[in-house]
Amino acid sequence: MNKKQKRNLIRIIISAVLFSILYCIPTTGLLRELSFIIPYLIIGYDILLNTFYGIKNGRPFDENCLMSVATIGAFIIGEYVESVAVMLFYQIGELFQSIAIKKSRTEIKKLLDIRPDKATIITDTGEREVLPSEVKAGDILIVKVGEKVPVDGVIIEGSSSFDLSLLTGESVPIEKDVGDEVLSGAINVNGVIKIRAEKEFLNSTANKITELIENASSKKAKTENFIKKFAFYYTPTVVLLALIIAVGVPTGRIITGVDPKWNIWLYRALSFLVISCPCALVISVPLSFFCGLGGASRKGVLIKGSDYLERLSKTRYVLLDKTGTLTEGKFTVIGVHHNKIEEEEILKYASLAESFSTHPIAESVKRAYGKEVDKNIVKAVKEYGGKGVYAEIDGNKILVGNDKLMKDNGVTYIKCGSVGTVLHVAKNGEYLGHILIGDKIKADGKVAIDNLKRLGIKVKMLTGDGDKIAKSVADKLGICEVYSELLPSDKLKIEEDVINDKEKGEVMFVGDGINDAPSITRADVGVAMGAVGSSSAIEVADVVIMDDNPVKIGTAISHAKRCMRIVYENVIFALFIKIAFMIAGAFGVVNMWMAVFADVGVMVIAVLNAIRALKVKGEENERTVSLR
Amino acid sequence: MKKSYNVEVDCANCANEMEKSASKVNGVKEVSINFMAQKLTVEFNDGADEKAVMKEVVKACKKIERDFIIEL
Repeated sequence: MNKKQKRNLIRIIISAVLFSILYCIPTTGLLRELSFIIPYLIIGYDILLNTFYGIKNGRPFDENCLMSVATIGAFIIGEYVESVAVMLFYQIGELFQSIAIKKSRTEIKKLLDIRPDKATIITDTGEREVLPSEVKAGDILIVKVGEKVPVDGVIIEGSSSFDLSLLTGESVPIEKDVGDEVLSGAINVNGVIKIRAEKEFLNSTANKITELIENASSKKAKTENFIKKFAFYYTPTVVLLALIIAVGVPTGRIITGVDPKWNIWLYRALSFLVISCPCALVISVPLSFFCGLGGASRKGVLIKGSDYLERLSKTRYVLLDKTGTLTEGKFTVIGVHHNKIEEEEILKYASLAESFSTHPIAESVKRAYGKEVDKNIVKAVKEYGGKGVYAEIDGNKILVGNDKLMKDNGVTYIKCGSVGTVLHVAKNGEYLGHILIGDKIKADGKVAIDNLKRLGIKVKMLTGDGDKIAKSVADKLGICEVYSELLPSDKLKIEEDVINDKEKGEVMFVGDGINDAPSITRADVGVAMGAVGSSSAIEVADVVIMDDNPVKIGTAISHAKRCMRIVYENVIFALFIKIAFMIAGAFGVVNMWMAVFADVGVMVIAVLNAIRALKVKGEENERTVSLR
Repeated sequence: MKKSYNVEVDCANCANEMEKSASKVNGVKEVSINFMAQKLTVEFNDGADEKAVMKEVVKACKKIERDFIIEL
């Protein structure tokens, strides 16, 4: 409890005790009524003051006003006991609400705060524990097992596995060695390492992500703005209705010649006012959104505002970039075909011949071979631009290259039926087979697309790559609509067409955040993938998927749908209970203090329901067996 | 320019009201209050005097909730 809450609790206790004493003292008449003013003022002075300031500042209709009018009115018609009781209950409810909200807020914040809380610096005099914010770039830090990496840095000693689940939602640990970059927020799993700080705490990944989540709701959803507008019209309407009950009904009764029963109708009007407090409704919506954003971020999906959560839930079209989004975005050897000797032998000859090259294709061959090659045995290397390379290895004449190179040298080769870059290998004019190099489809690509289709979403793939490659990738993933050989401006054009043609729903573009920045910015929902550690990608996108698992696109959409359902549930539930009680109050079925309890009850249920949005469902689909 | 401040706001509806009231202050382009995170984010107009604008923003917010607290 903070100061204000403690003060209110003391006020409640004093007022309640005084109220009980006065209730028991056998006074009568005006003296009794006047004596109840004391506990009333103790418990209600701030409400009265706020009402006064509200009127002075030109906003007469708010909760304070409702409570003041109702309780003062009750006093005047002689229901002073009930008046003080209602004020007491109201304040207890308010206190309860403020404690509940504060508690859920701190809990959620703690959950979302992935910032490390300490760092261990190595100085000349030994190890020293400091706050992460005191670390300067260039400092040498030690990270022990189980600790979070305090700032972004590079490993200078030792090696270990790191659990990046706080950053990406992915709990499979990743191996890092000397020279590798480690991000703050990663948890060191099994080995002591030393790192050199590369960035200060403020610019480190963990702090950036935490700040992003905390500032996320700055863009408000339509639903939130609706509630805002609703509250604006709601209170005056309620006051008007109360007036009708208090004045209109008795007047009508006089006209029709029945006893007007002023007191009863006035009392009912006042109960009506108390019931109408819109608190539960107003609080449950931002809380649901906050929990929704928080839940997503724990799964490695950062949503930059409740606005985008709402739009995500309405996504009907998903445009996907191919390279880096659906495929791994780097060249990999995907097969060795028609080989007359061991696969490894072919890869060895190819890596030897390419050992002086730094071309991505050469790199992929070297990676596939995986062993150090002895460059000393490679002689007379000659590169043929756009064709391949010739080298003499152990006195053998080796040719590595495409169809053209083989033709030029009169080697009979076997054409490759698969899509990708083909490297033929020939030794002393004899054909050995070929290596197929391509961009591998991500293991979960097919599942990701299937999930999107199941959600009723139209999927289109856009790529700058050639027709053949695009078609083959799309076929494997089950995407029917493919646009290939596009320049970035063409992608934007197609996107615009979809945005303009759409019947309803939002258009999402998913890319890597760097090459596709314009398309991501233009989309209703711009999604950047694999963004961990890339601050520019985080800048441009509305939704950031921290790791590179495309399944999370679907997960994010279904999570958003679920969150919006919770929001609507809360709104409808709170409205329904309110209206039911208002009608009951108007007909004298419930009294004032029952109404106050109903309000607190609705609030508690709405808060509990909102907290469900913290959980992300459907994770069981996320990990699947690799396609290859 | 955009800046974020820690605030203490008691009720969600007040946060909405404050947003409305603060957004009318001269020099403020956009203002939003995240009730759950208890953060007030102000986007200033170009060339606005930040300190003077914030003084007005605080004044506007205090009109809604007298015990509004902000860490400037």
